[in-house]
Formats: sequence, C-alpha cells, structure tokens
Amino acid sequence: MLFNIAIKNLLGAGIRTWLNVFVTSVSIFMIIFSSGMYSGMMEHAMKVSIDTEIAGGAYWHPKYDPYDPITFENSHSKIPSELKKIVNDNKALEVLVNQAAIYPNGRIVPVVMKGITADQSILNIPTKELLKYDGNNIPIIIGKGMAAYTKLKLGDTFTLRWMDDSKTYDAAEGEIIHIMDSGNFKIDMGHIWISIDIARNILSMPDESTYIVYQNGAEEFSDTESWIKRDVEYLVRDMKAIIKQDRPNAIMIYIILLSLAAMGIFNAQTLSIFRRKKEIGTLMALGMRKSKVVLLFTIEGALNAIFAIFLTVILFGPLLYYFSLNGIPLPIDYSDMGLIISKTLIPVYSPILLIATAVIVFIILLIVSYIPSRRISKMHPVDAIRGKTVL
Amino acid sequence: MNYKIMLVMLSFVFCSDMTVDEIINKIDFNLNSKNRVITSEMVVHGRRATRNIVSKSWIIGTNKAFTQYLSPPREEGSKMLKLDDVLLTYSPQTDRIIQISGHMLRQSIMGSDMSYNDVMEDKPLEQLYNATLEKEEDLNGRRCFVLFLESKTEGISYPKRREWVDAEYFLPIKEELYAKSGKLLKSTSMDGIKKIGERWFPTRFIFKDELKKNSKGTEWIIKDIQFDQNIPEVIFSKSNLRK
Repeated sequence: MLFNIAIKNLLGAGIRTWLNVFVTSVSIFMIIFSSGMYSGMMEHAMKVSIDTEIAGGAYWHPKYDPYDPITFENSHSKIPSELKKIVNDNKALEVLVNQAAIYPNGRIVPVVMKGITADQSILNIPTKELLKYDGNNIPIIIGKGMAAYTKLKLGDTFTLRWMDDSKTYDAAEGEIIHIMDSGNFKIDMGHIWISIDIARNILSMPDESTYIVYQNGAEEFSDTESWIKRDVEYLVRDMKAIIKQDRPNAIMIYIILLSLAAMGIFNAQTLSIFRRKKEIGTLMALGMRKSKVVLLFTIEGALNAIFAIFLTVILFGPLLYYFSLNGIPLPIDYSDMGLIISKTLIPVYSPILLIATAVIVFIILLIVSYIPSRRISKMHPVDAIRGKTVL
Repeated sequence: MNYKIMLVMLSFVFCSDMTVDEIINKIDFNLNSKNRVITSEMVVHGRRATRNIVSKSWIIGTNKAFTQYLSPPREEGSKMLKLDDVLLTYSPQTDRIIQISGHMLRQSIMGSDMSYNDVMEDKPLEQLYNATLEKEEDLNGRRCFVLFLESKTEGISYPKRREWVDAEYFLPIKEELYAKSGKLLKSTSMDGIKKIGERWFPTRFIFKDELKKNSKGTEWIIKDIQFDQNIPEVIFSKSNLRK
C-alpha cells in the first residue's frame, strides 16, 4: 500500500519529480562517464606500457635508476647466468642504456641511447627494422615525438657522439631508419634506439646490459646475483600515481553533482512534507503510525533514485555504449605532455563501477529523503490537520 | 736587421733538430705552471646573443682549481672547485653545492663550447699522449710543427689530437681534438701570445664544438695572469664555495 501511495504521490508531483529525476540521472551519467574515462585512461596506459616497455616484467642492474641518468654510466654488466638462459631461449631481451648526444641540423641534443636486442618480438617496438639496414651509418629508430622535437625525418643522417666505457669520446654518423608511433612517451622523448650489438661494440661493453625485459610466462627468479626483479605492478606505479593524483579532482566533481541531485531531492521532500501536512495528519488520524509515514516519504525518495537509474539507462545508456565502442577523440595529443593517453579515449565501464554508482546514488537519496521525513515523527495529528505544524 | 734574420734562421735550424718530446715539453712548460691566478673573460657566442662571463681562477698544478664568477649579475657569485677528479659547483641562487660527475661532465659550461670535462682534463700533454711529428707548415704566416698525438692510456676524453705548434713560441696555435673513430669533435686556437716571465702564453683562446654546425665558438680572453703566486690552501676548501 505504501509503495502505491508513494508512486501516486511522485507521479502527482508532475514536472517537479521529473526534474529531480533528470538531475539525478545526469549526475549518475557524469559519474559513470568520467569514472569510465579514468578507467579507460588507466587501461590504455597499462596496455601501452606493457606492450612497448614492460612485457612480463624486468630485471635491472642493481645501480640502474631510469629517473637518474647519472646512474647510467655505471649500471651495466654481464647478466647473471640464469637470466642469460631465458635470454637465450628468446623469452627475454636485453637493453644497454647510455648517455649520448646527437647533432641534428648541427645543434646538440642530449639523448638516452638504448641498445636493444634487435631480433625480438617481446616488446612492440619495431626493432627488426634495425636488421634490415645495410648502410654504413649507425641505424637508429626514434619515436614520433622525438622526430618532431629534433625535426628529423626518415633517412636523415646526423652525428652521434658518446663516451665509451673507458671515458673516451667517440662519434659516428647515425641514420634514421624508422620512426615509430608507440604512443608511449617514455620510450620516445629523448630516446634513440639502436641494435644492442652495435651499442656494445661502440661503448666497449661486450656482452653487457643494463636491464632485461622478459615475456609473460617466462621463468622468474628471486635470487639473481643482485640484479633486481621489477614486476609489472612496480613498473606501472608512476603511471598509476599520475592518474591517482588527479582522482581527487574527479571526486570533487562527483560530490558537487551528487550534492546538486541530493539538494533537489531534499528540497522536494521538505516542500512535499510542508505542503502535505493535512494529508500526513489525516493518515496519522486514521491510524497510520508515524514510522510508516516516515517510511512513505523515504520510499518516495528511493523511488526517485530508481527512476533516475532507469532514466540514465534509457537516456544515456546508448551514449555510454557508443563511447565505449568508438571512443572520444581528444582535441590535443597528450603524449607531448608526458602522458600515455590515446588520441581516441575509450572509456571502460566495469560492472563494479555501474553497480557502485547506482548503489551510492540510491543510498544518498534514501538518506536525504529520510532526514526531512524524520520531522513527521514530531508532528501531532490534530496540528497537522489544522496545518499548524512548522517544519 | 740582418742580426734578427740570422736569429730566426738559427732558431729554425735549432728547432728542426729538436725531438718531438722536447717540443711537447716546451708546450707543457708554457701552458702549465706550479700555480697561477687568472682573471679571464669568456665570450659565449650564442645563436641570438653574445654573453660575456668574467671570472677569476686560482690554480695549483693540475689538481686544484678554484673559479669565482664575477659578472654578469646572473652568474655573479657562482663558484667552481676542482679537487683532483672531483668537480664541485656552487650557485648562489640555489645556495647549493653540486658535484658534477658522470654524464654531467659532458655538458657545456654556461652554454659555451667547452665542457666540464675539457676543464678537468688539463694534465701536461707529455703525461697523456705519444706524439709524432707529421710535418712542418705555415699557418697564418707562422712556421709550425704539426704534431699528431695519440693517448698513452685509455680513459682520455680525446684520444687523438693534432696540433700546429708555433716554432718560435712553442704553443699550439691551432689544435684539433678527435674522437676514437677519428671524427673531429672540437678545435681550439690561440693568439695574442705574450711573454710572461719565462713563458710564452696566449691571451686569447677560441674553442669550437665542430659538431655544432652554426657554432661561432667560445672565446676565452685572459685579462690578467700571474704565475707562481702564494695561493693560500684555504681557497681550495669546500667551505670556500659558500663564502
């Protein structure tokens, strides 16, 4: 009976109810949409990082710190024997890192020179292009961002200068043989990629590496003669931290949106109780307990939330589905800003996100409906019928 | 007049009899000293503008050097201390002492064509290189010995050098610094040679990074130089960087 009365009351309120439902629905949509965007960003960043940089994980030379170029000079040695085994089985690739300088168009650009196993398919870097080169220069692969920064094009040659293991300067001509669009600024900006065989030769570091990257499913070792194991979780921590840092902003937006919806409902309920004093008094005079009257108003609030959820599915569901299939084209290339963000961002809506959003909105609306209804319990039926009660 | 011509001729006769080691020793004698105090100006020719950086340096042998930058205001108060293989810099803006090491030694000093490595590696040539006399030729109207130097040991920044050594002053008025592969990396030249005490010393050096196509080079002008001074040891203390 209470449910029927609540439905009648809501429908009777007409446009006021539908406005509240619509505002709540927009809030639900915005929360799902922006959370989906964040999840999409995260998923894309993880996918690209794993695809082009991390694979199944890595083992680092104990002195290697990718964020401290000073360490590069001393972070190289022959890899431990157990790691050599997975490298020989083609389950891992080796990378030798060093500082260098390139002189595109006669200006100096400091770079991180990475020698990588050319014949590999563990990372999605077109290193096999290095094997096709048969010229006299050092074949080099750079990323799209680096190419734009240095104004280098395919086939361009320039001087490459480095310091070898004995701290002696050496230089040779390098040639761009491939420009890759990896979408990962971490392997693009400030990086040049050459074959590890050439790197070892020019740096006078035979058989040495700075880190190895192993594929998923490769045998893992805990004790590797002090080489440090870095799993996927560790290697994506900075990416997670960047996204996590922006999360409070998104949460603030959710709070504002939900507050708007909640205030609408709260206002509607307060107004409703004020305008329906005589109805409340009559119901109480006819024997309805105060708690039931409170429940009636709370159910009305809950129904608001349910209507809003349905409206979201009907109004915004197709839109959310469309975005999840086709993505949202971003107006600028965020990779220039040091972020791994796709040019077309595809939001990801997990079932947990959808259920959690619906439940949170439902609970909040239930609370804001209950709070003004509590005052009913302070009402006297006679005063209510007379319309004297001040809320 | 005839007397002067005779002297010059005699000097060539004398020079051509000199061994390469003697030439190198004479260069080392001119360019190195027990200690020296230099006030100099570095003229950095950039793409758009030229910067003049004035500094004063106190140097003992090849192991200790302290440089204080006097102008422009942006660089004023910056200091640099070299103690053997350690290079420390101090910037008053940050009030921090930073050790320049590793790859940072390859960076240019204040946008010039000189790297920190270049100022670190100033040991006598005799200690670092084996030299051979390639030929004698005229350069800018001066008779020169052309020497080719190859490093004695590993770990020298520039493993090969070619020097045009003035036959009268025994100073490399032109020098080319090569990479291991033989590629020309840097060149230096010097002029304004003056007799200071017993040595000939240039008053202007020009350093040029040959890999930078549009580089106009960096001039290093010696405004004042004094050899064999009494330099207090306290100058080369780390605490002096902050003073």
